[in-house]
Amino acid sequence: MTAPLLDVRDLRVSFKIRNDGDMPWTKHRELKALNGVNLTLNAGETLGIVGESGCGKSTLARALIQIVPASGKVLWQGQTDLLTLTPRQMLAYRSQVQMVFQDPLVSLNPRMSVGAIVAEPLRTHHPDLSQTQIKQRVQEMMERVGLLPNQINRYPHEFSGGQCQRIGIARALIVGPKLLICDEPVSALDVSIQAQVINLLAELQRDLGLAMIFIAHDLSVVKHISNRVMVLYLGRTMELAASKALFAHAAHPYTKALLSAVPIPDPAKERAKQMIPLEGDLPSPMSPPSGCVFRTRCSIAQNRCASEVPALLGTTHQVACHLVNTATSEPV
Amino acid sequence: MALLDVKDLGVTFATNDGTVTAVNGVSFSLERGETLGIVGESGSGKSQLSFAIMGLLAKNGRARGSVRFKGHEILNAAPSVINARRAVHISMVFQDPMTSLNPYMRVCDQMAEILTHHQGMSKADALKACVQMLDAVKIPDAKGRVRLYPHEFSGGMRQRVMIAMALLCRPDVLIADEPTTALDVTVQAQIMSLLRELQAEFGMATILITHDLGVIAGFCRDVMVLYGGQVMETAPVDPLFESPSHPYTRGLINAIPRVDTQGETLVTIPGTPPNMLRAPKGCPFAPRCAYAAEDCDDHIAPLTAFAPGRLRACNRSLKDLA
Repeated sequence: MTAPLLDVRDLRVSFKIRNDGDMPWTKHRELKALNGVNLTLNAGETLGIVGESGCGKSTLARALIQIVPASGKVLWQGQTDLLTLTPRQMLAYRSQVQMVFQDPLVSLNPRMSVGAIVAEPLRTHHPDLSQTQIKQRVQEMMERVGLLPNQINRYPHEFSGGQCQRIGIARALIVGPKLLICDEPVSALDVSIQAQVINLLAELQRDLGLAMIFIAHDLSVVKHISNRVMVLYLGRTMELAASKALFAHAAHPYTKALLSAVPIPDPAKERAKQMIPLEGDLPSPMSPPSGCVFRTRCSIAQNRCASEVPALLGTTHQVACHLVNTATSEPV
Repeated sequence: MALLDVKDLGVTFATNDGTVTAVNGVSFSLERGETLGIVGESGSGKSQLSFAIMGLLAKNGRARGSVRFKGHEILNAAPSVINARRAVHISMVFQDPMTSLNPYMRVCDQMAEILTHHQGMSKADALKACVQMLDAVKIPDAKGRVRLYPHEFSGGMRQRVMIAMALLCRPDVLIADEPTTALDVTVQAQIMSLLRELQAEFGMATILITHDLGVIAGFCRDVMVLYGGQVMETAPVDPLFESPSHPYTRGLINAIPRVDTQGETLVTIPGTPPNMLRAPKGCPFAPRCAYAAEDCDDHIAPLTAFAPGRLRACNRSLKDLA
């Protein structure tokens, strides 16, 4: 068996936080944004990552492409640990891993024309290409993502949100990456435009054999596009399973609550729906609960949950909960 | 007499680039205790519609038509007239709770202000009423937290404060403009079930403005679909989802990815929403509509009833769409 494209082991990210009024010699407090996340991703596969705001979704994406410093191991094709590379060495891998950001307009330089924006990664990674070659590649890519090639000299503000996101996708794909990380790519878009971009991403992925990490807070979008889904809560993995299995038989109480909170666009179903109420807000990641981080909002928490951290158990359907039998994924 | 009667409401903005038509001839009426959902994408005019009703349009905005509250005209009314109605008769919950609360004022002060101003309560009584209302929106330890500043609350709690503020004077009509868009799905569920409870308890008529058809499905009795500032379709919630009568509504419903069904490729609506600087002469949806014919660019059929409680504005008959 070949090694997975990406093998992440025990990924941790922590931020040092300084409070107002702290003395210079006061020790920094630590915010653990990611606390030991493991995942593998095969070529051509889509992994969805869901969770509430503050759960570490975006930090995970940023850690993988090293916009934030992380510890642990990120093995690329089973060999290179991306976290040990120097910035210069990393450059070679940046063309393999590209990212699409949340806010389409903010992530494009307003002073650069669309052509220049899409060409920039190409100039960086393939300095040997001639002007004509670059222009040709840019126009091909623009057409591929549904932009008109004659818009090449326009500026981002002349485009709508959906079109700007297409520009972002073109910029990411022009260097032919193997892995595309999408951080909330459609959450800023309208429903009718959102569907266009989701379909475009799914189509590109199929045609180019891309692996994708798709981060979103909208579970229905993630369900639609992912092969596997990972549920994060306060920087820890709660559940990791094939998309179908997760949405049909969610095992973790947090996943169940999250799923039951999604409004269904069908009045009869929505009225009949059994809500699992999730009281309160996400606890502060500065002082996460002991044991299972979810226990403070869990309806079935027991004494044991406060003392022991549950391990992520199971083979294909992994769950981190003391009260779930991983063999059957049913509550014990 | 209807509680709130909106007739042929139009909103335009004078900008440097020309006149932008945000809302174009919207009519509806609302009775006591009813829940009306207004769905639309960005730029459909759904927020400007509510701002016009509340007299909150930006300075370059002009509203025409008529908005009657219990028979009294309130559209373009003098500030003193509309001020007396705001909060007491009609109040509003805004989208972003962080930017709509005053960051420099304690929650108790900005809440009590409403009661002392509108109902002439003493500060002490007002404070008591505020704590009661914060209890009603289920803010734990309301008595202690009423003295905090907005930034000391989480997003969901801030939205609860907003709702509590809007309900302080027991208004007859509550307008909630995207009340859960900025929130997580779990918090959204909490807020929507809170709104449902409060609506049952206080019996106010509620207008819920949102882009999320799922939220509409769980809360509203009637739905109005806006596109390009015009009403495309009005219907009770069940038939709207079962048999949408307008091509736009159909497209919108098909374009939503869902957790409760198996996903195929999403059916998309091609193209982008219209530029309201050059408001289309005919049906605003025509350029994106699969059923559009030549007459659609020229004019749009008036909103006509075709079944009990159901209205549609489309040049094509229901048979044409089948």
